[in-house]
Amino acid sequence: MSLLEIKNVTMRFGGLTAVKDVSFNVGPTDLVAVIGPNGAGKTTLFNTITGIYTPTEGSVTFNGDKVNAKKASDITYLGIARTFQNIRLFNNLTVIDNIRIARHTRVNYSFFDGIFKTKKYREEEKKITEDALELLKLFHLDEKRNYLAKNLPYGAQRKLEMARALATQPKLLLLDEPAAGMNPTETKELSNLIKFIREKFQIAVILIEHDMNLVMQIAEKIHVLDYGNLIASGTPVEIQNNKKVIEAYLGADIEGV
Amino acid sequence: MSGLSQDTIYFFWDCLQYLINGVAQGSLYAIVALGYTMVYGIIRLVNFAHGEFLMMGAFCGYFILKLGLPMPVAIIASMLGAGIVALIVERMVYRPIRGEGRIPALITAIGTSMFFQYTGQLVFGADPKTVPPVFTEVIYTFGEINISNIQIFIFVVTLLILAFLWWLTHFTKIGVAMRATSFNLKAAELMGINTNRIIAFTFFLGAALAGLAGILMGYTMSVEPMMGLSLGLKAFVAAVVGGIGVIPGAALGGYILGIAENMVAGLYKSSFRDGVSFFILILILLVKPGGILGKNVKEKV
Amino acid sequence: MDYYLQIVTLVGIFITLTLSLNLINGYCGQFSLGHAGFWGVGAYASAVYGVYFALPLPPALNMLIGMGVGFSAAAFCGLLIGVPCLRLKGDYLAIATIGFSEILRIIIMNTESIGGPRGFTNIPKWTNGAWVWGVAVLVTIFMLNLKKSAFGRAIISIREDEIAAETMGINLFRFKLFSFIIGAGIAGIAGSLVAHDQQFLHPNNFNFMWSVCILVMVILGGQGSVTGSIVGAIILTLLPEVLKLIGSDISVWRMSIYSALMVILMLTRPQGIFGPHEFSFKRAKLSKGAA
Repeated sequence: MSLLEIKNVTMRFGGLTAVKDVSFNVGPTDLVAVIGPNGAGKTTLFNTITGIYTPTEGSVTFNGDKVNAKKASDITYLGIARTFQNIRLFNNLTVIDNIRIARHTRVNYSFFDGIFKTKKYREEEKKITEDALELLKLFHLDEKRNYLAKNLPYGAQRKLEMARALATQPKLLLLDEPAAGMNPTETKELSNLIKFIREKFQIAVILIEHDMNLVMQIAEKIHVLDYGNLIASGTPVEIQNNKKVIEAYLGADIEGV
Repeated sequence: MSGLSQDTIYFFWDCLQYLINGVAQGSLYAIVALGYTMVYGIIRLVNFAHGEFLMMGAFCGYFILKLGLPMPVAIIASMLGAGIVALIVERMVYRPIRGEGRIPALITAIGTSMFFQYTGQLVFGADPKTVPPVFTEVIYTFGEINISNIQIFIFVVTLLILAFLWWLTHFTKIGVAMRATSFNLKAAELMGINTNRIIAFTFFLGAALAGLAGILMGYTMSVEPMMGLSLGLKAFVAAVVGGIGVIPGAALGGYILGIAENMVAGLYKSSFRDGVSFFILILILLVKPGGILGKNVKEKV
Repeated sequence: MDYYLQIVTLVGIFITLTLSLNLINGYCGQFSLGHAGFWGVGAYASAVYGVYFALPLPPALNMLIGMGVGFSAAAFCGLLIGVPCLRLKGDYLAIATIGFSEILRIIIMNTESIGGPRGFTNIPKWTNGAWVWGVAVLVTIFMLNLKKSAFGRAIISIREDEIAAETMGINLFRFKLFSFIIGAGIAGIAGSLVAHDQQFLHPNNFNFMWSVCILVMVILGGQGSVTGSIVGAIILTLLPEVLKLIGSDISVWRMSIYSALMVILMLTRPQGIFGPHEFSFKRAKLSKGAA
């Protein structure tokens, strides 16, 4: 059974069709990449999965629940987490607070426990902090836990965003251009990290990426979007030899191919 | 007309009279709202000190008329006076705060506005001053309604201003630069447009219009340091109702408010006059937050 | 002596007001410019209870009921305003809140049974400076504890980035509305204290300018900072009084000076004294060490 089913999803903005009749499935521990030239509708597709947009047509089903009329916050409860192309951290908060906020959906104490600092509050908070530290350790960010997020170097910000997404305890993680702006060493480290995350947390990962080396190296399956259409799906080898894909890239932008 | 009672007929006459008064007042709101909307359109700043530009302009005109000079000189003095004040404020206050975020900019605008109000009270005195009558008010009567030559003058001036602004923004080099800057400041800069100059020019133009409205309003009522406060807030509401940043929107908003206020004040209770504009404001914000002629912009994710 | 006592009481009231706006503006990042309206609603509601419906109870109990009434009335207005307006952003929310608070003021102006434009008189004296400061302390503790709980963190994340907050599973509308209602309600309590301390209310004491004053107190201290709000409230409540004491020459200029300082503050330190952080001796030492 697949974890995520995208079925005939179309997203229109006025006269512009950003995503046109796209369908594919993602299994419980799949590592999938969505690629395509700039403006192909990749981020828009992510936005329809995570509830930031409601698809004009079609349906998105996650774990048996139809999610395309749900609020973004409710979709997070169900277990989809994401990062953003243009990093969106809570800039004026510390690294550890960024992670603690992500535990919002799994907090078990009430508002009054918080105001009166009851025993339950203290125990829960202790656990939240411990969990957050453990997660930060995986990303080698634990020593920077009291830095403000905006003061982290760029690569660390990308990692923190991933850590924050994982802190919501998702079953599916969406990464929007995680390697953007990284140098080859950092990208290498990142690809290991993504594989590690998938193994350790046993979750599915979908990533949007322009770095073809990264994509070909870690993705098990690739979906190619061009002008909102899904023009090809397959293994890295299949995609590399697909005529339509080569055309789309040569026609638009040959970067990285 | 035999089916209508005398009362009903008078009621219609009254309505017509309020409508005319509303159009005259709406014209003033429209002129002031234009300045608000141009500045907002170009740097997304709600310039709370706009009403104070109006007040400064009105005082310039008042002093000129006091000297015994004719009305056209006073109008020019008002417009120049308000424009120069705006240039100084833009250079000293608004330019340094640009890029610091919206809340600091807004607080700065409110602070500037308060500074002019309170300092004005100390310098000019808090009492309302009557402007010397330089031209006689003529009232034309049609049936049961009265229209004064000043009302007609204000209305005609507003139409001329609208035509002028339309010409300016569509057919002149500086107008195109203004539109480019308001569309995307950074890109306009890269295209070689001196955006600082364009912004300063926009402030000057908006304030000059406020100065004109100031002397016209001062002429029909009186001139005092706090006169910009309520008129400024109303004009601002008018700009939002019509669609802030959109020039025809400001005029439309001004007329809607002017007419609605006069209708309510005449037909119901004058103490609800101010409430009406805010009520319309809330209504519009809930139904179409961008204003009647405005566009809704969504954040890109 | 009475004069000083009055100022001390006033400072306490403004601390409560500033903290309540800090929840909406500083924590949640929602730009409200109508806070004086909530203050006024609380004050008038509590005064109506005192004048028309007071139960034959000791003043202290009646004061508690009055504060409850003030809180509920203001919180209810917060709900009424919040539900439609909180989907507006930035400038537009600010404009809508100005509109609403002006409408509230005009309604009060036009209601004869609560004094209308003449002001509401003969409100029973139930409170004093001790009450005012007691409330200020409780509200301070509430705000500090809230900030350290998951609920406070959720609210603050909305200020930082709405879209990211939403993808963390935070229901934006619910938490915005929560801060709006609680912020309004606490302003209502401050109103109730004013009503039963000064025994006289006038609609113009709750106009736009007062909303601005409270906002400036929040900004001066640093949005989101509890200690900042307290310091901001103290400084700006005392400033006009200090200028008055220095001499009558300066006193006439005090509002000009006040507004000029507002502009200068924004130009030199737009994040306020403390920024979003709390004052702590540890931090003070650290920054000294660094310098």
